[in-house]
Formats: sequence, C-alpha cells, structure tokens
Amino acid sequence: MKQKKPLAENGMLIAILSSVLSIIVGLVFGAILLLILNPAKAGIGISAMLTTGISSLDQFGKVLYQSAPLMLCGLSVGFAFKTGLFNIGASGQYTMGAFFALVGAIQFQLPWFLCLLMACIGGAIWGIFPGLFKALFNVNEVITSIMFNWICMFLVNLLFANMPTMLASAWGASNSDRSAALAKANPGAIIPKAGLDKLFGNSSWINISFFIAILVAILVWFILNKTTFGYELKACGLNKDASIYAGINANRNIVLSMIIAGALSGLGGGLYYLAGTIQYVMEKSILSMGFNGIPVALLANSNPIGTIFSSLFISYIQVGGSAMQPNFSSESIDIIIAVIIYLAAFSLLIRGILTKILSGNKKKEVKA
Amino acid sequence: MAQDYVIEMLHITKEFPGIKANDDITLQLRRGEIHALLGENGAGKSTLMSVLFGLYQPEQGTIKKDGKEVRIKDPNDANRLGIGMVHQHFKLVECFSVLDNIILGVEDTKNGFLQYASARKKVMDLSERYGLKVDPDAIVSDISVGMQQRVEILKMLYRDNEVLIFDEPTAVLTPQEIDELMEIMRGFRKEGKSILFITHKLAEIMAVADRCSVLRKGKYIGTVDIANTTKEELSRMMVGRDVQLEVQKKESKPGETILAVRDLTVPSRTHNNNAVKNVSFDVRAGEILCIAGIEGNGQTELIYGITGLEKVTGGTVTLNGKDITHASIRERSKAGMSHIPEDRHKHGLVLDYPLEANMVLQRYWDPKFQNKGIIKYGEVRKYANRLIEQFDVRSGQGPITIARSMSGGNQQKAIIAREIDKDPQLLVAVQPTRGLDVGAIEYIHSQLVAQRDAGKAVLLVSLELDEVMKLPDRILVMYEGEIVGEFNPKETTVEELGLYMAGAKKQS
Repeated sequence: MKQKKPLAENGMLIAILSSVLSIIVGLVFGAILLLILNPAKAGIGISAMLTTGISSLDQFGKVLYQSAPLMLCGLSVGFAFKTGLFNIGASGQYTMGAFFALVGAIQFQLPWFLCLLMACIGGAIWGIFPGLFKALFNVNEVITSIMFNWICMFLVNLLFANMPTMLASAWGASNSDRSAALAKANPGAIIPKAGLDKLFGNSSWINISFFIAILVAILVWFILNKTTFGYELKACGLNKDASIYAGINANRNIVLSMIIAGALSGLGGGLYYLAGTIQYVMEKSILSMGFNGIPVALLANSNPIGTIFSSLFISYIQVGGSAMQPNFSSESIDIIIAVIIYLAAFSLLIRGILTKILSGNKKKEVKA
Repeated sequence: MAQDYVIEMLHITKEFPGIKANDDITLQLRRGEIHALLGENGAGKSTLMSVLFGLYQPEQGTIKKDGKEVRIKDPNDANRLGIGMVHQHFKLVECFSVLDNIILGVEDTKNGFLQYASARKKVMDLSERYGLKVDPDAIVSDISVGMQQRVEILKMLYRDNEVLIFDEPTAVLTPQEIDELMEIMRGFRKEGKSILFITHKLAEIMAVADRCSVLRKGKYIGTVDIANTTKEELSRMMVGRDVQLEVQKKESKPGETILAVRDLTVPSRTHNNNAVKNVSFDVRAGEILCIAGIEGNGQTELIYGITGLEKVTGGTVTLNGKDITHASIRERSKAGMSHIPEDRHKHGLVLDYPLEANMVLQRYWDPKFQNKGIIKYGEVRKYANRLIEQFDVRSGQGPITIARSMSGGNQQKAIIAREIDKDPQLLVAVQPTRGLDVGAIEYIHSQLVAQRDAGKAVLLVSLELDEVMKLPDRILVMYEGEIVGEFNPKETTVEELGLYMAGAKKQS
C-alpha cells in the first residue's frame, strides 16, 4: 500500500502554500497602507485593486496581456538563477528586444512572428555581454547588467532619434517622442488576436501573447528538467567546481545561460510592444518590466511553471492598481503595488517558517 | 559511592525524517577524564554532541550537569553551563584577528568601548598556561589550520568552560600537530577539565583517552576502560564484526605502462614558484603507485595537472600511448581516466543534486543515459539503484536522496562507485579515505586492490603514513614539488619515509 507522505516533507505543497500565504500577507499590508494614505476612499481603493481584474472581460484581457511580458521576464530571471547567475539586466534585454521588434516591424515591414524572432535576437545580444564578462574576466554579472540597463536605455533613445521612419511623426501623427503606431505603420506586425477579442468582449488588449508565453514557460521547464543541457546548467549553478571536474565547460554554459535569459526578456519586450496598443515612448528611466521579473521569479521560486501563476498575480495587481486613480495618486498606487510585490517575494522566508511549524506539529504527534 | 559525573546524558533519543540518529543513548562523563566517543560515520556521534551543545532538542531523554537536570535550548545555555565545543569545521570569522575571534560574543566593554587590554592579557595567560601558541594580532585567514584550532580551543578556555567537546579534531592536523594536541589535552585533564573526544581513529584513543563509549547506527554499544582494551576490541564494537586492519593483497603483476608523466611542471595558485617541478614517473597496469608527502608539497597540483583541472606549463602526460597533456577534462575521461577527487564536496559531488544525478555526473552524456540531448531518467534511476546496491551506498531515500544529506562515508562510496564503474584504465584516487572510519576504509582499500588485480593502473595520493605503508606497491615521496625518492613499501620504514618527506634526505 502506498503511504501518504507527511505534510512537512511534501516540498511542492509547502512551496505553493508559502507563496499563497506571502501573497495574502502582502495584500493585508497593502490594505493597511491604503487606510493610512486615504482613509475615506480606502474601501473603494481596496475593492478596485482586488476586483478590477475580473470586473470585465476587457480588464481580464488586459491582465492576460500584461502577464505575458512579466512571465517572460520572470522566466529570464529564474532561468539565469538556476544557473547561479542573478540577471538583474532583464530590463535592458527587454528594452533591446522591444527595439529590435519595432525595427523589424516599422523599418523592415516584417510580419509579427519574424519581429518576435528579432526581439529574441535583440535580447540575446544584450545578454551576451554580462555573460562574456563573467566567463572571461569573472566580473560580477550584477554590476555589468545594471550598467547595461542604462546603456541600453540611452542607446535605444539615441537610435530612435536617428531613425526618422521609426517615429510616429513619419506616419502622420504629430508627436516625435515615440515609435509609430503599428496600426498605421505595419498592421501585419501586430500579434494576431485569433478571435480572442470576440471571446473577451472586444477587448483591445487580448491577443495570443499569453499563450505564447505559456508555451515558452513549458519549453524552459523542459530544457531545465529533461535535457542534458539543463543538467549541465543546473550543475554549474549549484557547484561550478564539480561541473568543471565532470568535464562540463562552465564558461560556455554561463554565456549560453545569459544568452537564453536575454532572449526570454527580449521576447517579452516584443510581445508587449507588438500588441498594437502601446507605442514605445523615449524614456528617461529604465523600464520597470524587467525588474518586475525578479519578484515574479522569486514568488515562483524560479520554477518555470510557477512563473505562469506568479506573473498572472502581479499583472492582476497592476491592472487593479491602475483602476484606483483618481482616488489615489499614481505615486501612492505605485508604493502600494511595490509593497504587495515586495512582501509577496518573501515566500522563501515564509516557507522556512512553515516547514518549522509543520515539523513541530509532527514532533508533538510522536510524543503523544 | 556514586561516581562524580560532570555531565550525564540519559536515554537520549533524537529522530530525523526517516532515521533515528540517536536511539536511547546514555553517556556519562566523569570529572577530569578524557572520554572518547567512537563510532562510524553516521553512527550518531555528532548528533549526540549537538544535543549536548544545544543545537538539537532530543525527543526523549534528560541531561544532567553536576547531578542536576538541565535543559539546553541553544549554545548560549551550553556556554552558561560551562560546555564548549571545537567543531570539525571551525566557526571563525576569517577576516577578524585571532584576538577578535576569541572574545567575539563575550566582549568586555566599558562605556561602550571594547576592553582589549584586559582581554589580551587573559588570552596570553591562557595561551602560556596551556602551551597554545597563537599570535593574537594575526588575521585568521592567514594562519595555519593548526593555529586556527588553537584559537578555537582558546575560545572555550576564555569562556571558562570546564567541559570541552572536540569533534574530530585531528582530521585536519599534521602528525606533529596531532602530538601537540594530545599533549594539550593531557594538560587539560591535569587541570581538572573534562574532555569529550569524538574520533574514529583508534590509535589516538589508545594514546590519550581514559574511557571510550562506542555508538553504532544510532545505538549505544558500551563503554570500556582504555587500560583494559585493545584496538581490535574497539573496532569490533564500532563495526559489529571483525575488521581487517591490514590490507589483504596478493603480489602485484605490473603490466605495460598506462600513465607516463614526463618533466611535468605545474604553476601554483598561491605563490609565484611552480608547485610541481619537472616531475617524471610511470604508472603501470596492475600496480598501485602512491605519491606520499606532507600536505602542500605539490601533490594537489600534480593531480590537477594530470586530470586537467589546472593547465600545465611544461612536460607531457601520456595515457595509454596518447598524448593528453592539453586535452580537456572530458577527453581525458573518455580516454579512460577516472578521478576520485581530494575534496569530495568541492569537486566530487553536486551536493544539492539527488544521488542518482550525481551517479551519472561523469556519464550523463553517454548514449546510454541520453537520447538527442534528452536525459533518460528511467535509465539513470536503474543505473543508480544498481550502483547503490553493488557498492552498499546507504542513504535516507535511495536514489532521490539529496547528496548533501548523506554521511561523508556514503558520499565517498558514491563517488568511488561512480568512478570505478566507468571501468577506467587509470584510476586516480586522492586521499580516498580521508575522514572515514575503519569500516569504510577497509572497504575502499579492498576496492582499490580489486581494481589493481583487474589490471587497472591506480595512482594514489595519501597523507596517511599508515595507508602509504599498507596499500601501494610502489611509493614516490614528493617534497617541494619534486620527487625525492622511490621506495618499495616492503623494504622501507615509516622513519625512513619521514626523513624524505621532511626534506632531510634525497635520492639522486
């Protein structure tokens, strides 16, 4: 007869439970903050945050649409993390991916799938550098990728400014601070909705990007857990010396891991900007999407399948947050979202506490 | 008359998931005695000491100090009761000075300022009184392992501990340092301090201990007076059967040369000189060649050069007639080289991988275990189960046990299983029995001899003179990166080897 495993030893269950608990803790703190910031409107704020995502099919479509790039950035961070690298450069890779995708779409008039491929290439190129620096000169990838985030942002701005056809002003609009709207410049580059918009009450947001992201998540899971390549990558991440001893080319794996992480982030950028609803605005600060990939990965404990759910959660909170205006200023909304995400990423801490409590219970049973 | 016990641990039971680490163990420590705690790896010695030191809470049993029942919830409680411990892996702050490390946690302050002068005086007094030579201003990362251990001992004395626990203190020491430590322990006994001495080295117990308690597989076997016992008796109690302390082997029949090393030069990572200088030797099929020497004389770098972990700057390495001087590690492995590494945690295992993944660490790319880059986990499981069975690797959950949770002896067995089952031409074994108990040592020695008898070439590196004399067919002594002598173990003595190892003599 099969014996039931005691709860304390069921790692999977504890991992999920601790993620859920940390989300709840985060939401409670968010609610407290709302009460402090604007007591009169706190009730409306809380309900907006918690229910907007499912208030209408349109909003739910937006949750799905935003979760796709989040998921890919989370996969990117998680993938690198499994290899022992902290890819804080997801933001730069995401931005470069977005740029490559838009160049493909507007400058070269490519169809959407080729533009997505361009996005992967752009992100991968931006991932190579921190990987190479780490492998060849043992420079910490955190430092390099932070610098490359800024280099990327200004480089992309510079390139946009010098590529007149890329700008909205070249396609009949008045503003020259953003990329051309794809509906005018190249409708063929917009990611197809495949009838989903009908299903989602004519939502302008929904397209197949969410499903592409899920496919990629499954692919990443497969690579990490079923292939020799994944075996090598994880061995490098867990014990570089032992992997060298086993004849694994650790430096090659570091670079490859960063290339793949970069491609994942880059694809995220492509998915977001090829939806046709958003134009790239020349920014003065780094896009936050890549950084949001970090809590997505943490919340999922770097598990690719878990990333699907954690990105949905964070996307849901963000969509809810944007519905809290005008009762709350956009700054205070950002603070509340940040607090929730920050606490949600505490799942590791909560997991430790949970394991302790559960094994404590077990001890008592033995005594009784 | 009741005995004067300073510590009594009565009927201690401590469980971990899937295993009873301590099962109704009773240990009574008399005042002013050196009490050895003997047992194989995984017998529960360290668990029992962790219970005494407050790191674990037992499920059952009581602890008495001076006859009064006490509860030890954490190391601070232990400290207040005068119990101190030198851990097997030292707990020192590497970038602090010796003095800082000793006073850490019990700093004397006045108006918020550290009172270094009085602390220094106390440390120096203790150091002199017990012959524990340390430099109080040296940084811990710069001092030798032996001195680091003296710092750990001074930490206990500084806290006025009267019960001193030593967890395998001699594993990291040179023979001279071991003698010094024994002398220091005898000094403590004279001062009335009580010592618990965890070890599995029988010679040390015979030399220094008054009594010895033996554990086996978590159970208490018995306590004996050292004056009335023998090594054989102790090892029988520990292992549960008669142990062959001598290596059983037939005359070797060396065949053709398998490994040829010529004028090999390997740079050092720690200094500018070469660690290995123009070293040449052959290893032939069907023989065990041992490189002997005191730690740090280039043995590690020599093996790195041969196995490809370090790039060589001169000379050649030939395996089976094929030049592998600049071959990659994978190529060497495919050419028939197996390597049991010196540091099993650093190189030998991916500690957070399950046992089965570690079993294929050198062969996961083999078509037997993967198809078009996809690992056949069914095959891996089958293979791991076979090795576990064949080499008697014990673990909590079989092939899915995380390697980190296994005992040192079983980790080493897993590595040896993996490397031997590769069916190599050349087996490089670096300190294969370091830190293991007699049962495991006996097993590993018999495996190495079996490989020799199967016509494999075995290159052994050992620091243990005992092993150097018993196991190999030929001995090369290394001193300051050079081979200074070749010996037949049957025709030489430990004293003779010692002179060469210390650099006092050299064959031309």
